[in-house]
Amino acid sequence: MTSFLLPAATLWQRELVRFWRQKSRVLSVVASPLIFWLLIGYGSNDLARYYSGTLVLTVMFSAIFSTISIIEDRREGFLLSMLVSPAPRTSLVLGKILGSATLGWIQGLLLLVFAPLAGVTISLAAFLPVVAAMFLISFTLTGLGFAIAWKMDSTAAFHGIMMLLLVPMWMVSGALFPMATAHGVVKTLMWANPLTYSVSLLNFTLGLPNAVPEPGLSLIVTIATGLALLLLSGMLAAQKSSRSSA
Amino acid sequence: MIHVRNLTHRYGDRVALSNVNFDVAPGEIFGLLGPNGGGKSSLFRILATMMAPTEGSAEINGHDVASDPSGVRRSVGVVFQTQSLDKALTVEENLRAQGHLHGLSGVVLRDRMHHAMQILGIDDRRKDLVETLSGGLRRRVEIAKALLHKPKVLLMDEASTGLDPAARRELGHHMQLLRDQEGVTILLTTHILAEAERCTRLLLLHQGHIVTQGTPAQLRASIGGDVVVLETSDAKALAADIQDRFGFSATARDGEVRVEIQSGHRFIAEVVEAFPGAIESVGLHKPSLEDVFMRETGAAID
Repeated sequence: MTSFLLPAATLWQRELVRFWRQKSRVLSVVASPLIFWLLIGYGSNDLARYYSGTLVLTVMFSAIFSTISIIEDRREGFLLSMLVSPAPRTSLVLGKILGSATLGWIQGLLLLVFAPLAGVTISLAAFLPVVAAMFLISFTLTGLGFAIAWKMDSTAAFHGIMMLLLVPMWMVSGALFPMATAHGVVKTLMWANPLTYSVSLLNFTLGLPNAVPEPGLSLIVTIATGLALLLLSGMLAAQKSSRSSA
Repeated sequence: MIHVRNLTHRYGDRVALSNVNFDVAPGEIFGLLGPNGGGKSSLFRILATMMAPTEGSAEINGHDVASDPSGVRRSVGVVFQTQSLDKALTVEENLRAQGHLHGLSGVVLRDRMHHAMQILGIDDRRKDLVETLSGGLRRRVEIAKALLHKPKVLLMDEASTGLDPAARRELGHHMQLLRDQEGVTILLTTHILAEAERCTRLLLLHQGHIVTQGTPAQLRASIGGDVVVLETSDAKALAADIQDRFGFSATARDGEVRVEIQSGHRFIAEVVEAFPGAIESVGLHKPSLEDVFMRETGAAID
């Protein structure tokens, strides 16, 4: 058991230490969603409408930045020595994802400071559900980032995926417009989009409107997606290679 | 300690390694010497369990690289050509993380870290961030990191590439120390001749084939006497003329003619006399590993 948990714990800790030493990174990750939110929110005179989406976007940006390092790390760097250590691959994947998820979570939490602007007051009782929901969402998005990044050869390709897949996913998550008024095709996409459930979960825990789909379903889908992506990442990382460094 | 049998590796149609066989005894500093693209890196990756060979087998410390990679991973320490340290962490933090990956913790890990840092002379830098260290020091941290789990075998890929000569000598000194004091068997890949000279035995790889193997002295002795290098504007013609006139072989390459010969000094006098004006400069040296490689493959090492 130690040989499984210790490597995971050390990788988790490494992410946090690195994060702490590169504090300026926090600013860039938190600042852009914040600016988007203030512009769109004040522009449409409805900050509350876009608050949950902003939180999800912050976590998503953080997850992308953390997992993009896998691509560089795999060719050279820290990951290389991880891969030739006897630590189980699944433990390494868990450590990396938990570490990155924690960072996304912390950065998302920083944005909670701005909740009063959205007219949201988070009561003590509501704080725990909000914080827990944020972690779940961060975990799921990091899992998604890992699964995408693992097979990628270049960071340029990852940026492509980000613009073509992740940002559109965010757009049809209920972050910008509610499901109820969406056009048929988009509505179907929204139902199929795991981020829709993330936004709904946050709307619910923050006491904001548009907690659709219903909270119970949102919670189940978010957890299930997170676990499925963790499993997928573990499987990808455990694959033997006859070609390259992994 | 290391046994490689009929090892072949292909990337699609391209053959990277072709039927490679060799053994490394405990306590050796064994060098894989060859130009880039000669097959060294593929062989290294297979031994480090980073990829499985297409055919054949390789065994380290009784563990097969393909069927028992975790056994191999416990037996070997791997030092990569590229940096595998986390620059944002200190020396100590890097080592601790690596120890954790090997399931080490607590007092045991602390002792191992201390010992490894001492033997590589980086004890006083343990609180420093890796990004503040020089290339040579970083390389030593890499080695310390690879030693934490007390591996029987140290695999080093182009360990001294990018180091200045002083740092390279320093590294060589530490390798000797590891072998003598810790009993570690070392296998390294290199294309640097000064580094190859320090190995107990060498395997010359070219285009995926073993060209020759032996101790550096044996390999040099395979070329008797001296090597004479003649610079000229028309190497091919001069080589042919020498062959006609003196009756022994001369190889032409890039504006120079090389001759391996017993008494080089005598030959120089004769050849300059025989072809006045055709020779622009003359060099004489004892055979080096470079000469061995050139004779066996017709190619230069770097």
